[in-house]
Amino acid sequence: MAILPPGVSQQQFDTAINRLKSVVGDEWVFTSDADIHAYRDHFSYIKDQPNELIPCAAVGPDSVEQVQAIVRIANEFQIPLYSISTGKNFAYGGPSPNVRGSLTVDLKRMDRVLEVDDKRNFALVEPGVSYIDLYNYIQEHGLKVWVDTPDPGWGSPIGNALDHGIGYTLGPYRDHFSAHCGMEVVLPDGEILRTGMGAMPTSDSWQEYKHGFGPDPAGLFGQGNFGIVTKMGFRLMPQPEHWRNGLVTVPRRQDFIAMVDTVNYLTDLGMIGEPWYSGGLQALMTNTEFAKAANAFNEEEMDRQAIAAGLPSWRVELQFYGSEGTTLANWEYAKELMARNIPGVQFTDGESLPVPLTDEQIQKSSTPYESAMRRNITQGRPGLGIWYMTGRTDFDPNAWNETHIGLFSLVGRSGEAVFKAQRDFADISRRLEMPGFFPNALAVPVNWYQNSFLMGNGFGAAKGNSPQQKKDATKLLRRLLEENAKLGYGDYRAPPILQDDVADQYSFNNNILRRFNEKLKNAIDPNGIISPGRAGIWPEAYADLRGSLRED
Amino acid sequence: MKIKMNKLIRRAFMGLILIASSQIAIAQDSEAVARGKAKFDHSCAPCHGKGAGDDGREMLPGTYSLKIKYGDTMPAALEDRTDLTSEVISVFVRMGAWSMPPFRKTELSDKEIDDIAAYLAVSSRK
Repeated sequence: MAILPPGVSQQQFDTAINRLKSVVGDEWVFTSDADIHAYRDHFSYIKDQPNELIPCAAVGPDSVEQVQAIVRIANEFQIPLYSISTGKNFAYGGPSPNVRGSLTVDLKRMDRVLEVDDKRNFALVEPGVSYIDLYNYIQEHGLKVWVDTPDPGWGSPIGNALDHGIGYTLGPYRDHFSAHCGMEVVLPDGEILRTGMGAMPTSDSWQEYKHGFGPDPAGLFGQGNFGIVTKMGFRLMPQPEHWRNGLVTVPRRQDFIAMVDTVNYLTDLGMIGEPWYSGGLQALMTNTEFAKAANAFNEEEMDRQAIAAGLPSWRVELQFYGSEGTTLANWEYAKELMARNIPGVQFTDGESLPVPLTDEQIQKSSTPYESAMRRNITQGRPGLGIWYMTGRTDFDPNAWNETHIGLFSLVGRSGEAVFKAQRDFADISRRLEMPGFFPNALAVPVNWYQNSFLMGNGFGAAKGNSPQQKKDATKLLRRLLEENAKLGYGDYRAPPILQDDVADQYSFNNNILRRFNEKLKNAIDPNGIISPGRAGIWPEAYADLRGSLRED
Repeated sequence: MKIKMNKLIRRAFMGLILIASSQIAIAQDSEAVARGKAKFDHSCAPCHGKGAGDDGREMLPGTYSLKIKYGDTMPAALEDRTDLTSEVISVFVRMGAWSMPPFRKTELSDKEIDDIAAYLAVSSRK
């Protein structure tokens, strides 16, 4: 295939490759098509197309010194780099770079768990450590702390946090970037920076106070292209002694407003873990009259049919971490508040279990109601069980969701905002003539981030796996992002093919945020070698590539 | 007589070498099997292991997918298979298959794939 970095001759490239081999050893420089294959996005919307985001080569350093040397070589030969930690991130581009022909810096070999402290409750890890690795390390050493894992859990704490990933336990830990505490970064000129108390060589508080003194640049490295993160600290949740869950259901559609307000109150007091909202009326969608009402947002008719069927309009499953006594007290208090705020609210006690839960307790929920929770992730147990969503099913043995993509928009954390978003997303989908799934009055938010709701949209864009179908879907998604932005819905994460489009959404004051970032980028990385184009931040050296993926 | 003795000694010596070699091979094999099991547990079993899914589903996704693919013609769990040589495993690991993405040499080296093959060659006997 022989893809070269933009503007680099074959001779220069060959010389650079030899230099890289002298740094990491021949074994860890990958140039063959066979080896490069695994650095392509397995779920790419532009797979096998002339513009597919394929690297020219990959290099696997084993130390921060090797990363420094690679960055210096890249500067010398003007080769754009794209760093990956474990290279997962499927639905958001996997390991693929923003610029075709970039050199992938594969940090998987830097896989050391440097420290886990279960008295001060933190970890310090390298990029190649996965959530599964960190979990295994904690178990093998008998430590009493949890990881807050994404789902699936094969990614790395560093990679996931840097892409603003999320988890499923208590609020402060679910926002993985916010839960980081201190990082080490190789800057575009090869120098090493440490943030927070890491900037003080004698400090013992690197993983305990992330602000240090003065402006904290850590945010530049999340979804950014200002350096390669080689170490990162994380605050860890101490292992609680007890876990309990319970279900709250409300009869009417409008009850969702008071339900959300009450859950917000409990959440922000630190009394509950992630609340899992779900609709109670999905089963009625096989009824044509109900489906018509749900699609038309006919609330009176929806309420009438819900009451006739004896089904609640909304459900939220609450979970509590602490002691047996405190979890019970918090559940009782949640019930008292809900009953005070919502006529007709009902409660079902869930399970009350000492932690750690057994495998059987995790796998075989005996909660006396149908639980929407994926229990392993509520217990900080990383796994790959959820990967079923991309594979074969009994219903369709040949199913492969090759168009696996994640688009979630920020929505206000209130019932009113969710109702508005439901209508807006349905309206946008209708106007854009989405070929697949349409949002309706049953769409629910996720409360992954403690202080905000995210709602998925755009899942109806993909119709099939053929190149033309993917191309059509991509065009639809670009239009969807435009329409979302007009109504105030910004996306929090995107694959490289849509990052320019999402960056366009954040347009306040003539896109000052992007212009500010690009000024910094050009100053810190004059050759523009670190992940040009990431999050729509294009250095001058590659500015002509902005929006280039939109061309066809 | 002297010649006969020399022959016998030589044969005995060769026999000892063969025994020692085979013992080394067995030891090497058992080491490869142990390494392969550890790597399989770490890198393959989260999706292709036996038993229930970590979320309570009937099977893990990789095992379930192969059950659908092969029906009754082949065991769904890789550890029950007898046909997974290094070469076969390499094709799937390096190329990916269906919803399984390809894995890089930094994640699974060729030698580690050999070890996994050594483990899978004996795992079905248990």
